[in-house]
Amino acid sequence: MSHHVLLIEDEPNIMEAIRFFLSRDGWKVSCHSDGATAVSEVNRITPDVVVLDVMLPNRSGFDVLKELRAAPDTRDLPVLMLTAKGQTKDRERAEQLGSSGFMTKPFSNAEVLEKLRSMVGHA
Amino acid sequence: MPRSALTGTRIRERRTMLGIKQADLARTVEISPSYLNLIEHNRRRIGGALLSRIARTLKVEVANLTQGAETEQVDQLSAAAAAHPEVNAEIDRIDEFVGRFPGWAALMSAQQRRLVQLEHHVASLVDRLAHDPFLSDSLHDILSKVSAIQSTASILVETDDLDEVWRHRFHRNLHADSGKLAEGASSLVDYLDAEGDAELGMVSPQEELESFLNSRAFHIDGLETEVPDLAETILEQDKAITSLAGKDLVRTYLWRYRDEALAMPLEAFTEAAEELGYDPARLAQRFECDIPAVFRRLASMPSDQGSRRIGLVVCDGAGALILRKATELLPLPRFGAACALWPLYRALTRPMAPVRAVLEHAGRPGHRFLCYAMSHASYPQGFGGPAVYEASMILVPPALVEPTDAEGPVEVIGTSCRICAVENCAARREPSILSDGFDSAAQLSQ
Repeated sequence: MSHHVLLIEDEPNIMEAIRFFLSRDGWKVSCHSDGATAVSEVNRITPDVVVLDVMLPNRSGFDVLKELRAAPDTRDLPVLMLTAKGQTKDRERAEQLGSSGFMTKPFSNAEVLEKLRSMVGHA
Repeated sequence: MPRSALTGTRIRERRTMLGIKQADLARTVEISPSYLNLIEHNRRRIGGALLSRIARTLKVEVANLTQGAETEQVDQLSAAAAAHPEVNAEIDRIDEFVGRFPGWAALMSAQQRRLVQLEHHVASLVDRLAHDPFLSDSLHDILSKVSAIQSTASILVETDDLDEVWRHRFHRNLHADSGKLAEGASSLVDYLDAEGDAELGMVSPQEELESFLNSRAFHIDGLETEVPDLAETILEQDKAITSLAGKDLVRTYLWRYRDEALAMPLEAFTEAAEELGYDPARLAQRFECDIPAVFRRLASMPSDQGSRRIGLVVCDGAGALILRKATELLPLPRFGAACALWPLYRALTRPMAPVRAVLEHAGRPGHRFLCYAMSHASYPQGFGGPAVYEASMILVPPALVEPTDAEGPVEVIGTSCRICAVENCAARREPSILSDGFDSAAQLSQ
């Protein structure tokens, strides 16, 4: 059974690349690019794992994560944060808000894949 | 510290010039020659009746013996000592040091002055790197493009059985991203090059206005008298203002400047300011103007000396700084939020209530100055529209008004959290890059 990942990212070519290599690895991939409606999209499609960019239009990934962690249905949902800012304070903030993992851009495809596999318990 | 620096040296110079022997002067003013010798070599402080007797004997005003160019040196050396209390410099012997080693004292004084200038410059640059929205957005954009290129290139290289449609699609993406990357890098380099030329150049219409005003120390001579349309002439002659929005902002400011200059004529206003101790409320009453206008008028007073320049800071209801007149008193952040302890923000919470405070910048211990602040609301859309709040504060240098204890306790403030090393500050909102030795993150989480 394939795992379902929701990719929330506003850079279309990053989204396309990630969608491609995850799909080839057997994942079901949904994509979304707007921060303001990200939480409702998560609730609508109920993915197994979320890849969440920090810098999103209309609402930051941190705010999205905070709301996900405040809701009982998504409190334990695995979320991998992506950001172009590799600063320590961003990583610390992601951890404080309850992210399951954190990767900085530029990233390698293999690392993203490996991280997501471990987050859903898929070796 | 008392302004008796090098009084002894001046006494000796004056006595020698008049051809009076040291023993004769000592006898006339009823002290021993050895004591006068100590005074003349700046090893004993002098004041009061004895100084008056010596001045009278030497046929000179007391002030001529107690004030001189060395005072600035003594101030600089005092500031250097205050900044490094752990060194335990002999502050009580500064006069003697300046008198005995004038060359070294001048060198140290110049170095201290340069150090303060460099600190301000570094603070501005750090502030820019930390808060400049253009830099932040540009770097984020470049990293995003690099990520897209790296991820796409990996797919192209590592996927042996990639079909032609996808291959073509990824090639197209690579081409587009590399083009955008080149554009982003190029505009970033242009931006940094321009910054190099202008050091801290302009990036917004508001900054064009500030730069225009700061280049004139907020005084516009041509608007002080009734000359028709001179505002437009001044605007046309200034080639540094390039944006239409910047020109509109400057034009609006010039018109208001002229109105206020006519309402508070420079000569009368300067006399009244000295007479009323630079008190904005009393000046407002005298000229029947509102206090923000008096603040601006005080900041527009001309001064040949930086140490006599009055600073001005204005913020909007959200606390964003919208006008800054740079002075030696307080380095102002160019981007991002300022120190939350500024009286400006206290005034913002209490519209129309006057705020007066004696301030000391954390980076310049011992340098105190007076600050007045007030906020007010305007209703540009009438009673039916929202109230628009604005707060202003002026910084009055000690060269104009020396703060006294009667004005209340000294409040230590900073420029912005990023460049402030004050530990355990209740108002800290983010860690400082100067926070060596204390855990700012832990402090913030408290």
